[in-house]
Amino acid sequence: MTYDLVVIGGGPAGVAGALTAARAGLRVALVDSGARLGGQYFRHSAVPGAEPGLGRFLRQGRALGERADVLLRHQAWSAAREPDGTLVVHCVTRSSSAPGGGAGERTVAVRARRLLIATGAYDRPLPFPGWDLPGVLTAGGAQALLKGSGVVAGRRIVVSGTGPFLLPVACGLAGAGARVLGVFEAGVGLGLVRQPLLALDKAGEAVRYAVGLARHRVPYRTRQAVVAAHGEREVEAVTVARLDKAWNVLATRVVECDTVAAGYGFVPQIELGTQLGCETRHDVDGSPVLSVDAAQRTTVPGVWAAGEPTGVGGWRLSELEGRIAGLAIVAGHGTAPRTAPAPSTDAAAGPRGDLTTARAPAPGGDPAAAAGRPGEQEMPGEPEVPGELEMPGELEMPGEPGEPGVPVVPGVLVRRRARWRAFGEALQRAYPVEPGWQGWLRDDTLVCRCEEVPLARVREAQDLGATDARSVKLLARPGMGWCQGRICGYAVSCLAGEPPRPPRRPIAQPVTLGALSESGEASDRAPADDPPPHPNPRRSS
Amino acid sequence: MSDVIVVGAGVVGAACAYYAARAGLDVTVIDRGPVAGGTTGSGEGNVLVSDKEPGPELELAVLSNRLWRSLAERHGGNGGFEFEAKGGLVVAETPEVQERLADLAAEQAAKHDVEHTLVPAGSLRDYEPHLAGDLAGGVHYPQDAQVQPMLAAAALLGHGARSYGRGTLRLRLGAAVTGFTRSSGRVTGVRTTQGDVRGGAVINAAGTWGGEVAALAGADLPILPRRGFILVTEPLPEPLIRHKVYTAAYVTNVASDSAGLETSAVVEGTPAGTVLIGASRERVGFDRTTSVPVLARLAGQAVALFPALREVRAIRSYCGFRPYCPDHLPVIGADPRVPGLYHACGHEGAGIGLAPATGHLLAQLVAGQEPDLDLSPFRPGRFSEEDQ
Repeated sequence: MTYDLVVIGGGPAGVAGALTAARAGLRVALVDSGARLGGQYFRHSAVPGAEPGLGRFLRQGRALGERADVLLRHQAWSAAREPDGTLVVHCVTRSSSAPGGGAGERTVAVRARRLLIATGAYDRPLPFPGWDLPGVLTAGGAQALLKGSGVVAGRRIVVSGTGPFLLPVACGLAGAGARVLGVFEAGVGLGLVRQPLLALDKAGEAVRYAVGLARHRVPYRTRQAVVAAHGEREVEAVTVARLDKAWNVLATRVVECDTVAAGYGFVPQIELGTQLGCETRHDVDGSPVLSVDAAQRTTVPGVWAAGEPTGVGGWRLSELEGRIAGLAIVAGHGTAPRTAPAPSTDAAAGPRGDLTTARAPAPGGDPAAAAGRPGEQEMPGEPEVPGELEMPGELEMPGEPGEPGVPVVPGVLVRRRARWRAFGEALQRAYPVEPGWQGWLRDDTLVCRCEEVPLARVREAQDLGATDARSVKLLARPGMGWCQGRICGYAVSCLAGEPPRPPRRPIAQPVTLGALSESGEASDRAPADDPPPHPNPRRSS
Repeated sequence: MSDVIVVGAGVVGAACAYYAARAGLDVTVIDRGPVAGGTTGSGEGNVLVSDKEPGPELELAVLSNRLWRSLAERHGGNGGFEFEAKGGLVVAETPEVQERLADLAAEQAAKHDVEHTLVPAGSLRDYEPHLAGDLAGGVHYPQDAQVQPMLAAAALLGHGARSYGRGTLRLRLGAAVTGFTRSSGRVTGVRTTQGDVRGGAVINAAGTWGGEVAALAGADLPILPRRGFILVTEPLPEPLIRHKVYTAAYVTNVASDSAGLETSAVVEGTPAGTVLIGASRERVGFDRTTSVPVLARLAGQAVALFPALREVRAIRSYCGFRPYCPDHLPVIGADPRVPGLYHACGHEGAGIGLAPATGHLLAQLVAGQEPDLDLSPFRPGRFSEEDQ
């Protein structure tokens, strides 16, 4: 069968978007690689209540489960458009009962008229000598271990990098019983002072983390960072450096520890969008992100994006964007063309940028969407986050009764999104990555761990005529391995002297050749059917 | 001022520059991007004599094969570009196909001294232990080899610059050619986004974009992109595949004129431990959009040939655009319409293999010597009506 909407990613953006659309009566599928909904931020164990917003998210997730097909442990490796315009998301999933035995991997093709990309972001590490030793983790990796499996990464932990994300990581680890020897922030953590109004919103959270660090006696040092890790077989100590403004090393000392959690921000995960040909832009920090209009539409007809793939800004912004995308998708449902390879005639939001009105759904469209005035539906869960001030008039619904337009997205959501977007951008400005880190590397420091490419080989490639990151990769192999440059891509771009380019990953996740060969069969169109829990009816034959 | 300007820093341009420098000429190589940024960076690195019908291209391939070997020997054994004399194994699905393969091999041997061994079905696994059991036989070609194409281009430029005197071979990357300078009808150099570069002769080695460069000089060259996808597996701990292994259908697809999709199984290991899986051919312009059905077909054909690959993961895929001429032959020689302009492009899927011979012969031509091979089958004017 063909869904009205398939959502990729079960974090705050994806769940909000899927639920909004499902509540309006659309047939929705959501795919996620995890065993539970939540994504990176709401990756939860059985102990809720730890994170702001988690209870609310869990309620949304439960509501979604009742209204949509939630396909967990489904890893999307390709998003494509078929000749008739249908969008198809190719996933691999493993099941012990799979026919044929072996790795038990099988392919599932999920088809839909609309697609919402809500694939989040992943950690952005920087290389340093010794970062390939066991015991060096990304900040997100350490947090994922803790949140997902309740595992504390080590006993004596050093947290290093840049950005406000280091604080919850350190607090979480300290709260779970680890000795956190210090949080070393390479930048100046007070950058937010220059954005006092914006800082207000996060003040509560920042105070909470400050209190948390103080309670566990965790020192927080700015303009300092871990610039090397030492050890025979695993981390035994690190070199912590005092840095100048450009992150050049001024002085060093050695700190004994068994674990390093390091993170320098996030890389938005956009390759499914670039596979489809979505245009990108550079975010404030230079990261390529998907270009979207005010209705969260990408430049490819029928494809929306929400959350970090459109710019890193945190879970609140992600949820808002997911809701707005869901509302816009609902509004366009029934009026929008089913075949969309042609330039967009999508009526979801009228002229670009104006998403407050849309044409009324055509007769015969989804009655739920037409009647629901979906913009007025509230998400289940808590009232709005405390500290967000409602301005007078903000809840007024634009769009005159009797006009051909009906409200699509309440102005309040639009304005709130603008505020959180500005906040996210302010954070990116406050925590930039400075070029001095390249001086931390030695010739033998691995830049790419998958292919074991040291800095010297990168420099050789440049001497051979590699003038950009892609040709460095072609000549020296960084980014050619298992992770396809997710870990080293940012660093290689910096070393090549260019901002990161949009990823070219036609196979977004590894997939066995056996499973891949079956994806071709899946592309022969199957007749509509009731497929879940197995959305690819041809697979069983 | 250089004696020769080479437009294009892919493997063919690099070979032209190398042999021109070796012939004592001063060379400037210009590319709008980095070294090996175009089709060279999207190839498998084939150095094949097995896949060509007897004729001028095979003659060129045999010469080129010899030149690749001597380049590798001259520069440290593997040339600095992972030269591997691994040999090729063409396999047949049916006895009829095996017969045709044997006939082709006999003809290749008779006319061009191409070496081969006929392999009966029962002996296939002596060559490739993991081959499927239902094949009818094959032909082993010991001369087939492989290079790492990006390193090959970079190494040829590097060897050329180091071996024949400082300043003999210069590289200008990131400079796009926007036109030609002329004096009384003769080309005297190129205009680029970084200023004019003067030269006694200009070699167009712009590959798939060779037609565009020729057009800047007012010459028509019918070179079209023919898209191909390659799948790359995870690195395997033990080499699974020793030779370049492909099915007989590859030979017919290479020579086909169809615009539609054609695929045949081409499978080989690399020194990095990965397995490369090709080959598809489509004429769809410069469209980079990944086609899942094409990848699925490539995967299916590879698994059919090597069942052990079924549980091996594909981790990457890339596509490139072969420079395709209507008669499947490259364009090598002086352009009679534009004095001072030479072409070395349009090698379709064989550019890596044919690069040294192309560079060597063109260097002879530019230096005023008689080329070792008759270049008339490759003459640039052959597509125009006056030439017919």
